[in-house]
Amino acid sequence: MKYRTVFDIIGPIMVGPSSSHTAGAARIGRVARTLFGTKPKKAFFHLYGSFEKTYRGHGTDVALVAGVLDYDTDDPRLPQSITIAEKDGMEVQFIEEKAKMEHPNTVKIILENDEQQMELVGISIGGGKIEIIELNGFQLKLSGNHPAILVVHNDRFGVIAAVSNILAKHEMNIGHMEVSRKEKGEEALMVIEVDQNVDSHVLKELDQLPHIEHVTKIHE
Amino acid sequence: MFKNVAELVKKANEENKKISEVMIEQEMFVTEKSREEIVEKMRQNLLVMEAAVERGITENVRSVSGMTGGDAVLLQDYIKKGQYLSSDVLLDAVSKAVATNEVNAAMGMICATPTAGSAGVVPGVLFGMKNKLQPTEEEMLNYLFVAGAFGFVVANNASISGAAGGCQAEVGSATGMAAAALVELAGGTPQQSAEAMAIALKNMLGLVCDPVAGLVEVPCVKRNAMGASNAIVAADMALAGITSRIPTDEVIDAMYRIGQTMPEALRETGEGGLAATKTGRKLEAQIFAREGK
Repeated sequence: MKYRTVFDIIGPIMVGPSSSHTAGAARIGRVARTLFGTKPKKAFFHLYGSFEKTYRGHGTDVALVAGVLDYDTDDPRLPQSITIAEKDGMEVQFIEEKAKMEHPNTVKIILENDEQQMELVGISIGGGKIEIIELNGFQLKLSGNHPAILVVHNDRFGVIAAVSNILAKHEMNIGHMEVSRKEKGEEALMVIEVDQNVDSHVLKELDQLPHIEHVTKIHE
Repeated sequence: MFKNVAELVKKANEENKKISEVMIEQEMFVTEKSREEIVEKMRQNLLVMEAAVERGITENVRSVSGMTGGDAVLLQDYIKKGQYLSSDVLLDAVSKAVATNEVNAAMGMICATPTAGSAGVVPGVLFGMKNKLQPTEEEMLNYLFVAGAFGFVVANNASISGAAGGCQAEVGSATGMAAAALVELAGGTPQQSAEAMAIALKNMLGLVCDPVAGLVEVPCVKRNAMGASNAIVAADMALAGITSRIPTDEVIDAMYRIGQTMPEALRETGEGGLAATKTGRKLEAQIFAREGK
């Protein structure tokens, strides 16, 4: 089931005018910000389909930037986000893409600073709900239906077991899990959807495991 | 978890509970949160809806494009004159649906139900009915839980996205949700809620998403208005004992399949329908010239 709670239907509380093009866009931007971990110096937004055609009128542009600034869908600063970001020294660019994607509301976000670059593809599926379908070239199926933990790690034996042991210790149940890697022995990604909310001390514990590069969480 | 309307109604009947109660209990199970937390969260949604309605019927709200705003106030003034043709309750609901969407178009604060473009129907019907039915706050919250329960089924079995399924998926879904919720608020049975949803949604099938200049304004605001009136009439019909020959779940399925076969130009791209009319194109050119696109 794509939609899990009644508040996916009655909600979110948001700045108008469009749940898919404004609230959903803000949420995709915010996931990108969460995964990036800090405010980027540059943010590029590649827009596809209905996003590309109608982004200005729907405030998709300000919403995406608001998300990257870590604003929620009901933050009154949302309409002014681009001005705020630029005043803050963040470079923002929108690229209108003509390619046809599988989902009509698709955006590819690239965030950069001096240390790192991150690329994420998100889709807005309606009513403010989103899915992340690609992260740094890894295909993934992050529904956003459950709290999720993302673990970037080195592809070594025992890493997955060590991570799941810590979750077991904290009595956290894994509902869905996928592991993907680009090359054997190289960087790999674990996406773990859990039934319980994820406390920051659990993330810290995971982060201290050997061969783990980066741990982050996404709320329901 | 209930997967469709038939299961939802069956569960309510077997356990002798209202639809709202079934929804609240499922929410407690799925999210592992307490009843108090869930009800409080819904109360926050209700407060935002009320504030948006109030703002829309009192302020002269205008959207950034200038295409919408001020119609809710016009309707309120018209009701006060007492020379209306339909009824004060119906027009009050319509004006409050319009109010919500005018505030939405002006980038104001609203609660999506199920989407922002269709956010007027559910609160419009509720606050339009408030004087007549005099509901307690708990009953008003239950109305939202019923609307949520039916919307939940539509979202999981069809779509609530205009880009995916047209306006029938947005204002259409909202209309069905409001009709079903109003039946419970008025004391009807779970089955009557289901019938009301079917009757309401059947009359929204095929509705395309063709916003002028791609903005959630024209015709969205007025479609919310008619959605609210459709919902109230459908609720009355169901309460009168009228049933839908096609079961609610099959109506929802029909909506999904119609959405899948709808041309892309009529699914929130701003390329077909009213958006592609002579005046629609003229408005679009004016707005984008001003924005410098």
